[in-house]
Amino acid sequence: MTSNRLESALPWLFVLGLLAIWQLGCAAFSIPAFVLPTPTLIAVSLQQHIGPIIEHSWVTLARTLAGFAIAVMLGVALGLAIGSFRFVYRGLYPVLVGFNSIPKVAVVPVFVIWFGIGTIPAVLTAFLVSFFPIAVNVATGLATIEPELLDVMRALGASKRKILMKIGLPRSMPYFFASLKVAITLAFVGTIISETVASNSGIGYLMMAATANFDTPLVFAGLIVIAVMGIVMYALFAMIEQRMTFWAKRGEGLMA
Amino acid sequence: MPFVDIAEVDLVYQGGVDGTLALENASLRVEKGEFISVVGPSGCGKSTLLKLVSGLNLATRGSVIVAGRKVAGPLSIVGMAFQNPIMLPWRTTIDNVLLPLEIVEPHASRFRAARSHYRKRAHEILSIVGLDGFADHYPWQLSGGMQQRTSLCRALIHEPELLLLDEPFGALDAFTREELWVVLQDLWLKQKFTVILVTHDLTEAVYLADTVHVCSKRPGRIVTSQPVKLPRPRDIYAPEFVSLVRSLKDHIVEVRAA
Repeated sequence: MTSNRLESALPWLFVLGLLAIWQLGCAAFSIPAFVLPTPTLIAVSLQQHIGPIIEHSWVTLARTLAGFAIAVMLGVALGLAIGSFRFVYRGLYPVLVGFNSIPKVAVVPVFVIWFGIGTIPAVLTAFLVSFFPIAVNVATGLATIEPELLDVMRALGASKRKILMKIGLPRSMPYFFASLKVAITLAFVGTIISETVASNSGIGYLMMAATANFDTPLVFAGLIVIAVMGIVMYALFAMIEQRMTFWAKRGEGLMA
Repeated sequence: MPFVDIAEVDLVYQGGVDGTLALENASLRVEKGEFISVVGPSGCGKSTLLKLVSGLNLATRGSVIVAGRKVAGPLSIVGMAFQNPIMLPWRTTIDNVLLPLEIVEPHASRFRAARSHYRKRAHEILSIVGLDGFADHYPWQLSGGMQQRTSLCRALIHEPELLLLDEPFGALDAFTREELWVVLQDLWLKQKFTVILVTHDLTEAVYLADTVHVCSKRPGRIVTSQPVKLPRPRDIYAPEFVSLVRSLKDHIVEVRAA
């Protein structure tokens, strides 16, 4: 096996190894299924409930993507504003930092009072959890423009808008795409949080319902489905990042 | 009337208790088409002089006149290059060189329509500095010297009347540096723009400039101006050249001690 093929097989080998330890561990210590089900039990449960699981997964995915889309739009707009205007940076940034340290699970009940249970609080929570890293990263991209480069642009008579278009936006793209990978996984967290508290659909709801029935294998099946969706979305955005900002990544970094 | 006329200028940088006085009563004149260099101890305000001329900083007192007009803001007849070549990593060499044309009028508004015309021009200037084969390379694929050549091309693509250079060869090895002196001199002889070169390398100053101005320590002003009459291209090992460099060096030692 070439080292390249070995490297692409590595994640699967890791997962298989983990599952094996899990399975053997459960058997060796005779852990009851309602505490920690074995991987095989989870697989069986996944297969038994595949219909509802797929249905609820779609709901969760749609809510996550909707919240994420809003987060991208508002996050980029906020990041650009923070990175371009001193008074926004001074005034708004501390407020955002404070807001971001509020546990989002605490805001869900407020959303429920305002909008009732279901899709809207889930989308809003996904948005709230995921927009912050996007805004911060875009702002960082703008803040780290080399001062000499700004001198060159200003000396040429470039307007602020032109500097933003020619330098600021392309310059912050690597930061932006890096934040998307983080943000999409956070958006899933937001959706699930809201669904477990205030929804009658979605994977979060399914897991809560399963918990109420002591159907631990189904809870774990839900966790696995969320993890898979997270990995797939992460990989998708990593691929887009690779395409769009190939110029920013030149080597293997420390891993070389 | 000189092309650049800095007359009795003070410049105070804001900050600290009452700011830093970077220049005090500084005066400097540059004729059109002249190549001058400013040398002096580090931190003497050499770079500040360039910012004054480019309009990036305004004088606290005194006047700065460029091309017959008082400087009140950025001037688009200026091209600049720094010690750090600051390429845009997402652009190829040629697109880096084209950047000023996307900003400075009248080129910016017809840039799209006349793109092929401008690309041809960029290819021409790249071939003068020996980089034509690298037009489609990205900056990280170029050596430091190549990046600095690109930076020079970018400073010159919009045919500025005034080229401002802030230690542009400071970070290069000796061979590349001397090679680029020749490149810069050839460009200048061909296009006859006015150049202000800030450097701490006296050999570089004497090799390139018509006049070498020595700057005092902070607050900076010009204390001596030394015309260089040697014929071009100059031989840096000729006795006249060496003695000129030595006398300038003695001057700077005096200035630092003062």
